[in-house]
Amino acid sequence: MTATPDQGALQRPLQMTINGEHKTLTVHPWTTLLDLLREQLDLAGTKKGCDHGQCGACTVLRDGKRINACLTLAVMCEGAELVTIEGLADGDRLHPMQQAFITQDAFQCGYCTPGQICSAVGLANEGRAHNRDDIRELMSGNLCRCGAYSNIVAAVEEALPLIKGARP
Amino acid sequence: MTPFSYHKPASLDEAVSLAGPSSRFIAGGTNLVDLMKENVERPEHLIDITGLALKAIEETPEGGVMIGALVSNADLAWHPLVEARYPLLAQAILAGASPQLRNMASTGGNLLQRTRCYYFYDTGTPCNKREPGSGCPARQGLNRMHAILGASDDCVATHPSDMCVALAALAAVVHVHGPAGARQIPFADFHRLPGDTPQRDNQLAQDELITGIELPAEPFAAHCRYIKVRDRASYAFALVSVAAALQIEKGVIREARLALGGVAHKPWRDPAVEALLQGKPASTELFTHAADALLQAAKPLAQNGFKVSLARNAIIRALSEACAADNSLGEMQ
Repeated sequence: MTATPDQGALQRPLQMTINGEHKTLTVHPWTTLLDLLREQLDLAGTKKGCDHGQCGACTVLRDGKRINACLTLAVMCEGAELVTIEGLADGDRLHPMQQAFITQDAFQCGYCTPGQICSAVGLANEGRAHNRDDIRELMSGNLCRCGAYSNIVAAVEEALPLIKGARP
Repeated sequence: MTPFSYHKPASLDEAVSLAGPSSRFIAGGTNLVDLMKENVERPEHLIDITGLALKAIEETPEGGVMIGALVSNADLAWHPLVEARYPLLAQAILAGASPQLRNMASTGGNLLQRTRCYYFYDTGTPCNKREPGSGCPARQGLNRMHAILGASDDCVATHPSDMCVALAALAAVVHVHGPAGARQIPFADFHRLPGDTPQRDNQLAQDELITGIELPAEPFAAHCRYIKVRDRASYAFALVSVAAALQIEKGVIREARLALGGVAHKPWRDPAVEALLQGKPASTELFTHAADALLQAAKPLAQNGFKVSLARNAIIRALSEACAADNSLGEMQ
């Protein structure tokens, strides 16, 4: 057994941009990005589902790419540009993917929805989905226990042409 | 997670100098952070290697491709050089994990991911891989996902990677760096069988770091196929997967590579079976013969006997489709 480390002394400074806002933070190295967002920054739109990278509820965009915030250590995001569900809309104007989820009624309970939408925006940035089969395959990292999948596919399909090549 | 200190070395030598029994390197973290949450891994020091200059994909002077260890799985699968020359690798990578995980996970880390055996993950149960000498509950327990080839009394775990199955078939070379300098490990020798030391997944020393993966310049792009069979259509580990790569001239197989995933402690290749395919006209009979030869040594457990026939069928199908394939990526599984 080793002595318990002094947890305060292990804290690290962290600078990152979250939803366009520059942040100077202090974090424990073991704080996940998900816990930082939810517990320290009150950005609770990003959800904790499985906390093991299996459900996708915690999906956020780091430098335009979708990742699982639950398996990301916050300390490793130094200098990153992060966009969460709270940062997608332009003021009162919803992001096309958010609007498409409403238009297509692509949710029931809504718990997986922030992750679904961020994941779908990441999918749009990747530019690899050309049909509904592609969308299904490339959205497979986001589980929906209500089973709203068919409407989710419809929403992503509707929004894709509106945001292709766009980076939030 | 157990508290740990965090270090971000600026050079390869500095990274290697920080290595030790209570340290772990971290890049994508998709497996390590999960294992730390489960208390399977409890490092005292975490060495973040993402600041190292190991992020390039470049052609080698020999006409192959060198992949930096920190290239993400997604960037690798969708790189023009990989799509054009190594579609087998692209197919395998895209069959694994989820888009989010592929954006995070590194090439080097993919090789080092641990088994998904339930008992390895559950610290409330014995496991020889996690706690040497404690026993293997999987042998008599839940072993539907486990090995049918190369297992030992001490461990029946499988290696979970898809990417590694393609890298095995493509005879990749693992470049590593340690205190004594650089060395290269042929892919077939990198991972190991469990024997009586299942705690060791591979030949990498504790203070060595993977710096890159080299793909040799071999023309397998025209005839290759990765097939993955799993419990759902996407985002699940393989029950059985097959990487088949052929060089065919006028209907005759000049060179054959066959690697299996989900069946052993490492990507499974059998050079004798590959030799058996070489120099013969491609036919379903030949592929069936190869599949039977490869699976002759299979020793299924109580719950995974189905893997033998599943593997047999998947091998025949992968070889047939590799044979019929053209130079395109083909339909993804």
